[in-house]
Amino acid sequence: MAIVELHGLRKFYGGRDVLSGIELAMGDGELICLLGPSGCGKSTLLRIVAGFIIPDAGQVLVGGRDVTKLAASKRQMGMVFQSYSLFPNMTALDNVRFGPRVAGAPKAEQVKRARELLDLVGLSSHEAKFPHQLSGGQQQRVALARALAVQPQVLLLDEPLSALDAKVRLQLREEIRRIQRDAGVTTILVTHDQEEALSISDRVAVMQGGKLLQVATPAEIYRRPADGFVARFIGSGAVFAGRVERGHVRVGSMLLRADASATHADGSEVEMFIRPESVQIQAHDGELPDGTVAGTLSESVFLGGLTRMRLTLEGPDNHSLWADVPSEHAEGFKPGHKLIAWWEAAAPRVMPLSRE
Amino acid sequence: MNRLGVGGWAILVVAALFFGTPLVLTAAFSFWEGGDRYGFEVYGLLWNSPKLFEAMALSVELSIATVAALIVLMVPAVICMNLFAPKLRPLFEFIATLPFVVPAIALVAGLSALITGPEWLIGTPFYLVIPYFFIALPYAYRSIDVGLRSIDLATLTEAGQSLGANLGQIILMVVLPSLRSALVGSALLTLAVVFGEFTFANVLLFHTYSVYINEIGQHEVTAAAALSAASFLLTWIAMLGVLIAGGGKTGPSGVR
Amino acid sequence: MKAPIAWLFIGAFLLVSAIFLVAPTAMLAVQAVIGDDGLTLEYVQTLGSYRYVKAFEHSLYLSVLSATVGVIAGALIAFAMLKPGAPRWLRSVVTSFAAVAANFAGVPLAFAFISTVGTLGLLTSMLKHIGVDLYAMGFSLFSIPGLTLVYSYFQIPLMVIIIIPAFEAMQPAWREAAENLGATGGQYWRMVGLPVLAPSLLSGWILLFGSAFSAYATAYALTSGNISLVTTEISAVLSGNVSSEPQVGAALSVGMIVVMVLVLAASQMLARRASRWTVKQ
Repeated sequence: MAIVELHGLRKFYGGRDVLSGIELAMGDGELICLLGPSGCGKSTLLRIVAGFIIPDAGQVLVGGRDVTKLAASKRQMGMVFQSYSLFPNMTALDNVRFGPRVAGAPKAEQVKRARELLDLVGLSSHEAKFPHQLSGGQQQRVALARALAVQPQVLLLDEPLSALDAKVRLQLREEIRRIQRDAGVTTILVTHDQEEALSISDRVAVMQGGKLLQVATPAEIYRRPADGFVARFIGSGAVFAGRVERGHVRVGSMLLRADASATHADGSEVEMFIRPESVQIQAHDGELPDGTVAGTLSESVFLGGLTRMRLTLEGPDNHSLWADVPSEHAEGFKPGHKLIAWWEAAAPRVMPLSRE
Repeated sequence: MNRLGVGGWAILVVAALFFGTPLVLTAAFSFWEGGDRYGFEVYGLLWNSPKLFEAMALSVELSIATVAALIVLMVPAVICMNLFAPKLRPLFEFIATLPFVVPAIALVAGLSALITGPEWLIGTPFYLVIPYFFIALPYAYRSIDVGLRSIDLATLTEAGQSLGANLGQIILMVVLPSLRSALVGSALLTLAVVFGEFTFANVLLFHTYSVYINEIGQHEVTAAAALSAASFLLTWIAMLGVLIAGGGKTGPSGVR
Repeated sequence: MKAPIAWLFIGAFLLVSAIFLVAPTAMLAVQAVIGDDGLTLEYVQTLGSYRYVKAFEHSLYLSVLSATVGVIAGALIAFAMLKPGAPRWLRSVVTSFAAVAANFAGVPLAFAFISTVGTLGLLTSMLKHIGVDLYAMGFSLFSIPGLTLVYSYFQIPLMVIIIIPAFEAMQPAWREAAENLGATGGQYWRMVGLPVLAPSLLSGWILLFGSAFSAYATAYALTSGNISLVTTEISAVLSGNVSSEPQVGAALSVGMIVVMVLVLAASQMLARRASRWTVKQ
């Protein structure tokens, strides 16, 4: 049964829709990431769920109950903010027991619950410290414990990791996932970091221009993006706009290999998206077999086991194509070399042209 | 939820009434000529009063002299302390706090008990520049010190020296320009405060602007009202200068 | 010596401060306990006389009252003008006006209020016209409540200027976090907002107390002897208006300095307690 349901949510500011037609249902214990570039409306959506913003239309249901107009303080949701926002005048322990305290729980119970949660986030030994004595990562753990202390129906995380440095971010990301699973709490996480979204979520909701473009599992989003925007935003790869021609895609003078005959009629305008790991390359020896394209190696970036290469394809438009090549194989290629590239017909994703 | 709300507007309206009423009514009161008659009589009277202009001139001169004293005596000392003798900082802080702890009236009592001559010093109104210097000291010191801290003096000096500048050049070309807004701000504040200063001038019997207003107020209340309204305007102009010089930041308040 | 001229500047400043600031202050302390026949407590004891006890009572009462009014009203105004819903122009209007009014004190301020709510003041006569006689109702500009009203005119703006940075440093997310955790507005202010503001409110109060306690011009122009304050008593001694020896003026001055030092020390202790959660030095 869906624990959180969003129906037809809409919000406008200054004559412009910042959110429209939002439909989303979340299962119990599910973690959904709202992913999108800044200004896409993901934070507005989260704040509507939290109760800080009242939508102009639509409903927020939690456990079947309509909470759209309910005050934030009555919603029993735990929220974690990008800026930590711990109360500076309270110790870690006092911060965590704030929720039970304002709810009027007996003091012994507040403290017991707060200690359990500090233990859960691994900060038992820091309970008497004030926020300014804790590192950013520690502060965010306390904030997480504080949010969990109200036994929230829904946990809301607003870019909780973006203020942290890379190493702490990775560590805390895994920890959030573990704690969220242990607590079994339905969670919405807002982020602009696609890697974070893919690694942590049960499902990812990609947003752009105030709309949900696609809601699906990370694997589905990665392999079968709904349109060019999602494709470009999730991971890297090359996107070509063109027309379907006998199942392949015609881009200028090039005919790019694809398998679109079943889904797209000849002549329809499409976008074709191909990920670097699907592309293979070899030196250009003068021949250009069917289904291959020719290009010049412009740059290569060493990524460890793989090296990512950018090819500038021949033709007037200077299209780029990326290919991930095993690093030991890549050593033979230098910028300026002529290469040919090819891929399986099933590898590219062909989508209707997205109009942005 | 976070809108200004009825309470917020109520607070602001009450504040506007409290602060606006005396200004408007003081200006209006200055036109009162007794009974139901209103006119410009008192302004004509003031315009023809040489004593007023003498008192104003004296206050202006004293203000400028005090600013000059701060620039000559305090600013270089604070810069040099920061550069060469940071250990003296607590002593400077103590001196800059003292005028706050020792009320003006107490300082004037101490001064008149201790300094009883020579006549060329205590006989001239410019003797007032000495206590005025200390009245202005707490906030002038504070704003210069904050300004100095924000420019990382040591690094600037080293950078200047590595480029072959001597100390004088560094202070003139690097330090002072970066203190510009702090200097202009405290100078204008000093002007405003010294112009309206009353305690020392009254006790030491010098005829400054404030002393004049008080005197004329004893028998010509409407004249005092006219001058009060004018004073508010003058203070306003000075503070506008502070706001512009400080880039929108308000200066600390003066000492009464 | 690396920079002899630097020491010249420092030395000149310290010398002038020593002669004209530190020495006169020390002189007061000496004068207060030395009479014609050497050490004496005679002058300090005069502080216990009815007249001077009253003066200290009035001064303290006026300072505490006007500082408290100033802190509360100033904080409320700053709070209202900084609300996110408040129009932008309001902010610049209030801050620039506060900068002017905080420095509008002394004789001109006194006469502004005399012109407004003095016995002949315009507001007084306007109200009388509609049947409200302020002075018959017990109000007087020349009383402690009257003086408090006048002092508020510079105390409130002073507080607005002091407290604005403290309000600005409060993160909106604290409010949201508290709300989100189930706290009411009242609970937020009691448990988070006020404790966070407390150190700034306290230091603002001290500054206001000091500015009222040492104020002389405003009181002198307003009361001319109606109410005795410590500052006006000292000036009466200095100008020879009362038949007291100058040593009494010194004793009164020392009394004021002692009060200021005590208040400052007490406030620092309180401030340390109130701000134990801030960054330690």
